[in-house]
Amino acid sequence: MRLSPTGALRHSGNLFAMALDVVRSLPRRPFQAREFIQQAWFVASVTILPTALVSIPFGAVIALQIGSLTRQLGAQSFSGAASVLAVLREASPIVTALLIAGAGGTAICADLGARKIRDEIDAMQVLGIDPIHRLVVPRVLASMVVAVLLNGLVSVVGVAGGYFFNVILQHGTPGAYLASFTTLAQLSDLWAAEIKALVFGAIAAIVASYKGLTARGGPKGVGDAVNQSVVITFMLLFVTNFVMTAVYFQVVPQRG
Amino acid sequence: MGVEICVEGLTKSFGHQVIWQDVSLTLPAGEVSVMLGPSGTGKSVFLKTLVGLLKPERGSVKVAGQDITRLREHDLYEVRKLFGVLFQDGALFGSMNLYDNIAFPLREHTRKSESEIKRIVLEKMDMVGLIGAEGKLPGEISGGMRKRAGLARALVLDPEIILFDEPDSGLDPVRVAYLNQLIVDLNAQIDATFLIVTHDIASARQVPDNIGLLFRRELVMFGPREKLLASDEPVVRQFLNGRMQGPIGMAEEKDAAQVEQELAQIDEGGAADAPTPRLLPGPGIARPPRWEAIARREAELHGTGVTRA
Repeated sequence: MRLSPTGALRHSGNLFAMALDVVRSLPRRPFQAREFIQQAWFVASVTILPTALVSIPFGAVIALQIGSLTRQLGAQSFSGAASVLAVLREASPIVTALLIAGAGGTAICADLGARKIRDEIDAMQVLGIDPIHRLVVPRVLASMVVAVLLNGLVSVVGVAGGYFFNVILQHGTPGAYLASFTTLAQLSDLWAAEIKALVFGAIAAIVASYKGLTARGGPKGVGDAVNQSVVITFMLLFVTNFVMTAVYFQVVPQRG
Repeated sequence: MGVEICVEGLTKSFGHQVIWQDVSLTLPAGEVSVMLGPSGTGKSVFLKTLVGLLKPERGSVKVAGQDITRLREHDLYEVRKLFGVLFQDGALFGSMNLYDNIAFPLREHTRKSESEIKRIVLEKMDMVGLIGAEGKLPGEISGGMRKRAGLARALVLDPEIILFDEPDSGLDPVRVAYLNQLIVDLNAQIDATFLIVTHDIASARQVPDNIGLLFRRELVMFGPREKLLASDEPVVRQFLNGRMQGPIGMAEEKDAAQVEQELAQIDEGGAADAPTPRLLPGPGIARPPRWEAIARREAELHGTGVTRA
């Protein structure tokens, strides 16, 4: 394949065009409820366990780092506060992003890509059915819902992991850890994280669907598409995360 | 009655590579046409352009008075309901069994009750000889069965136009013969416009009313079967006879001197081929007037065996 200077621009344009198509197809009836439930179940089943397993060490690492730092500063009573803040604000959206793109997005991309190269998507279009409405919209919605739920899961598991490492392994005081929970973090942090997760879910599913639906060149093409979809999604998610965090700090007044 | 497809000045290229240019032809309503061409001449691309899956650079494709190439996405989906397409490998949905695959268009587009859907699906499955395989997944059956299931799915919405993408590729000669008979029977039964894209010469000689040949990025010829079978055009003769001597080479094309030398050799041999008899609808099929006329003409040409009617 030849590289052309406008290629990257054209792909970005097509990706955004598809995102707009998805938004336009959202209110279209009949809503594909069956497909939505199947996909939500599917994405959840491939992401829940890895997410839980990733968030335990994530919470632990944060607890270890903060634990030793606060001990040196003589601020052990704040270790709970700092740990919760870190998990809630940054760790949980990032872990959600990694898992929803790495496990959910790849599965969606591989599924659609395999259908594309077997001519199933073309067959569907010829049968007069819009694959965006029939396949992509339910997947995007499913991925968004599951991302929001995953974010909750990561927060709980991460905080629990932090508590375990701080209190049991580093001999922190349980009361101080729990009491300082809300000194720095606030409820709006959780809302912000959930909104981030919602957006991440949408981006991951749209990129994965776009890459899957434009896969070509046989089974290798599907592999390439999955690979590219993960890389593109990660880049987009981290940039989006930065922007949303920056906006959040401007909009919502912080404690402390 | 089927619908006429009128193609004018169609040109398609991927990047700088021209696939074919300035293709103009009319697929007459209700007739069977075959598009031939060596591998890699963009036959499948032509088929996908006809249903609007690919956009051509220039030219128009008029179906029932509407230009496919200029329709908006929404209208395009409406026009496509006129089409039934059989893809190369059947393009069945891998996650559904055969019954659900064939019922899919009915469930998506009509408000028919499940019992009515069942009646239609079983009727079409019977037509292609798949009764008993309803519960099988596409991955569990042979390529021939997948093609027939794909055909059944293309038929459930009673299309006016049916496009076949290499119906005979990957099938054994006996199954190809059955499939050709099925295509002819179908044409007699449902009166739709058929376009078959293939490189199987035997089918091309027996089945169609019209033959077209794509070669060297253009439509070499399109016309009635008899005309092409009797044609003196070197490319047409070489392809329809499956010979090595002629303008079509292994890689792409040969140089002019070699072609002339080879053609001279053939002319020395000079044996004219007897016209291939045409495949007619089977005995159990009621023939519409068009097929009655074809059967009479075949009987006059060949004299034997075709007197039942």
